[in-house]
Amino acid sequence: MAQDGKRERDRPWIMRTYSGHSTAAASNELYRTNLAKGQTGLSVAFDLPTQTGYDADDPLARGEVGKVGVPISHIGDMQALFDGIPLDQMNTSMTINATAVWLLSLYIATAEDQGVDPHVLRGTTQNDIIKEYLSRGTHIFPPAASMRLITDLITYTVDEVPKWNPINICSYHLQEAGATPTQELAYALVTAIGVLDAVKATGRIPESEFGKVVGRISFFVNAGIRFVEELCKMRAFVQLWDKVTRERYGVTDPKQRRFRYGVQVNSLGLTEQQPENNVIRIVLEMLAVTLSKDARARAIQLPAWNEALGLPRPWDQQWSLRAQQILAYESDLLEYADLFKGSEVVEARTQELVDSAWEEVQEVLKRGGAVEAVESGYIKQKLVESNAARLRAIEAGEQVVVGVNKYIESAPSPLTENLDEAILTVDPKVDADQRAALSRWKEERDTEAVDKALRELQRVAKSDENMMPASIAAAHAGVTTGEWANLLRDVWGEYRAPTGVAGASVKTPAGAANAETVQRLRDRLHALEASMGRRPKLLVGKPGLDGHSNGAEQIAIKARDVGFDVVYEGIRVSPEQIVASALEEGVHLIGLSILSGSHLALVPEVLQRLREAGLGDVPVVAGGIIPEADAERLRQEGIAAVYTPKDFELDNIMSDLIDLVDRRHAAE
Amino acid sequence: MLRSEIADEAQQVMSANKGAVSRALNLVEDRRAESHARVAELLAALKDAPKATGGHRVGLTGPPGVGKSTLTSALARALRRRGRTVGVVAIDPSSVRSGGSLLGDRARMSFDPTDNGLFVRSLATAGEVGGLAYAANSSVRVLGAAYDTVIVETTGVGQSEIDIVHVADTVVLVIQPGSGDVLQFLKAGIMEIPDILVVNKADQDELARRAVADLRGALQTATAAGAGGGEDAAWEPPIIATSATMGTGIDELIDALDAHRRHLDSTLGARRRRGEIQWALDLFSRKHGEHGVSTLGGIRTLRARAQRDLDGGETPLSLCEHLSREYVATLGQTA
Repeated sequence: MAQDGKRERDRPWIMRTYSGHSTAAASNELYRTNLAKGQTGLSVAFDLPTQTGYDADDPLARGEVGKVGVPISHIGDMQALFDGIPLDQMNTSMTINATAVWLLSLYIATAEDQGVDPHVLRGTTQNDIIKEYLSRGTHIFPPAASMRLITDLITYTVDEVPKWNPINICSYHLQEAGATPTQELAYALVTAIGVLDAVKATGRIPESEFGKVVGRISFFVNAGIRFVEELCKMRAFVQLWDKVTRERYGVTDPKQRRFRYGVQVNSLGLTEQQPENNVIRIVLEMLAVTLSKDARARAIQLPAWNEALGLPRPWDQQWSLRAQQILAYESDLLEYADLFKGSEVVEARTQELVDSAWEEVQEVLKRGGAVEAVESGYIKQKLVESNAARLRAIEAGEQVVVGVNKYIESAPSPLTENLDEAILTVDPKVDADQRAALSRWKEERDTEAVDKALRELQRVAKSDENMMPASIAAAHAGVTTGEWANLLRDVWGEYRAPTGVAGASVKTPAGAANAETVQRLRDRLHALEASMGRRPKLLVGKPGLDGHSNGAEQIAIKARDVGFDVVYEGIRVSPEQIVASALEEGVHLIGLSILSGSHLALVPEVLQRLREAGLGDVPVVAGGIIPEADAERLRQEGIAAVYTPKDFELDNIMSDLIDLVDRRHAAE
Repeated sequence: MLRSEIADEAQQVMSANKGAVSRALNLVEDRRAESHARVAELLAALKDAPKATGGHRVGLTGPPGVGKSTLTSALARALRRRGRTVGVVAIDPSSVRSGGSLLGDRARMSFDPTDNGLFVRSLATAGEVGGLAYAANSSVRVLGAAYDTVIVETTGVGQSEIDIVHVADTVVLVIQPGSGDVLQFLKAGIMEIPDILVVNKADQDELARRAVADLRGALQTATAAGAGGGEDAAWEPPIIATSATMGTGIDELIDALDAHRRHLDSTLGARRRRGEIQWALDLFSRKHGEHGVSTLGGIRTLRARAQRDLDGGETPLSLCEHLSREYVATLGQTA
């Protein structure tokens, strides 16, 4: 070992920032700045239309273009995104799932145009559509078709783009949806097993080569504030993956059995109240995935301190990057071997997690595996229940969140003095500009080549051939994201996943701190029901393409718990659908949930259509990441109330909702 | 609402005006005593609607998780493609503790929101024993006056099957491959034999074939043992394999529904009448219990009386009102 102060240092993890917004050109500028600041890889955030397979000119893309990421419609956009960034030297992570085959095809085609051989490309496509059904909600096709796309991408890259990580099995979003550490471990592992079994079943990979595929599987993991437990969770992951790859797939090469993972630390626990505290949370969470050398992340991206308020600015993202750099380069962390090997405390907790997770893995396999447990709603229901329990504990003060349910007094913060300038706003012109650019693209391309490429895609989709080669050819021909996805929608159909809320059993225990409050709410609702003749009925709608359904689900469950009849429609419903449902269901109240930042486009449209349908007197409330200035505008448009992440006391929201129904009934 | 307003509203329901249909459904759900007369009047005005007498009421039932909502959605869309209008009543269980409910069926359905020929209403069971919601009977009649086909979708195996027989012209039981319980219920005669059986989620050929074979076996056992209703020996229940997500088997299901509707043609009136008798007596006995029934001469007498009065033009709701009044009058005499 070297002398003090001169120890050998490990190579640091790859540092990224999940970013992209507005247009390909604007995002390209951002990427170049980030690389100049010492970022060592790119993490592309696509906007929701791109993730769900729509072009900017599709009616469903209204209000969503360029909001939570960059819109990529065709090879021209992809070229602009990586202009001046040599792809043979880049490590690019793409958070893309249902349309992963398509976006990777665009990336490969762009590389080929740059003169780069695809064999040298490095990076990751998330490509985990299973968890989209459970939490993130950008799936398009039924499970069988989704599994086919996943395996097509994996079996193609294993030889053609061998340094690519074809799938990032995500436990990240499971935790965001409420998963406990045991559930996070178990459901990520059953997803990996489902994928590897499906790859095996394609028969495209010779038995002797299978270890190579297993070795390319990587994971995308979450780390929450209980950082000791999270640290043990990572160690449990390493042990469990070693077991699965050895016992189930007979992989003998230890390198191919390594649990390789990237991390984005927890966004769920970031608070709107005293948002500066989030920096401390983010740093603690980062420790969970870096302290163990034997279970250290290979790539880390950190959220920004102000994510619960709106879109972070470049400076906010820089602050998170600096946190990583200080830990990796200033501190001595990377000079030591594993710090916890032989620690009784850490090893005991790790073993507990290994055991409980393995039990749950067996339970899901008994139910037929990950896909079956998604289709039956089993996993989703478990997640919804865990999340409801978590929220209830926070509301009751049993789980401390500093600045939220404890130590809430604060001196005025200079960081949020001018709140509306403390976040990034996307120019509303982006939408129209992108539509105009798209129509120019369609005019200028070779229509005949496009038609030919689409016919070939259709033929392949109906066969059992790999989708990748035809998609790469289509990328070169100038086909758009919407054309690619719509063609496949016609062939495979679309899928609406189980919501998990109907069967979720979540009750306020008799001894709970808020049991009396809940009883009072129930009594008020029963009295209202008697006087109205019908039970008050609430419609919970999620307009737009945003699939983050936690908020909508928890409101729906809580409203049922206090006695509402709740109609929950699931994610991605259009304003037209919401109004049609309100009319057909005869509801007394509507709640809208929007987290993509497209509330200013979508909410007024719902209100306008309600008036046209003669339902202008039905009160509407909205919830989401909605800055105060926007909330004020929505109230002026006629929204009865706006709720944001700081409104964590569901009992208060329920009380408001009952007031609204009561007032409208009294006015009749 | 005045009498003429009710007649006006009924006209609009019959022309499938969505706003009017929705208001009519709100009214029949209304449990306040002061609303009962208007409900009875509305249903009387809708009784002889052309769609009602010519239409088809389909009950779709089966254990939770077999894909009934997705199947309902696929069936409704296929019927629309054949040019028929469709009304759906989706019934979900309520939470016993709070009385609240989560009506999740819409989440699994995908419909064109601008389609005027399709209407979906969710209903909660409101904690009733028996499964079907309080307003289900009336809701089916409202939708039946407005749309060609009414689909009643309900969860459960057992009691609710018997309920749905009284509401639907054709009962479809939906199961998935590997539904052992249902097979046992059928064999043991705990469950009445439905008019059509569907094995949903039949995406995998082998599993589906086995499930269809198992079901056929169970049906034979049940029939041999004389189980089930046995009221319609001339109809042999078809077994159909569907995959609602892939859209296969849906056309066969529609053909089977049409065949059963044709088969019923001469007996449909009697079947619906039996349902109405049951509905009227259920309403009455829920209100006045055993004592009410025995005071008015027992269940046999009441059944015969209901048959006569309904044949004479009464509606189940008005009949129930009359019976109530008579019962209350006898209470006055004895006091």
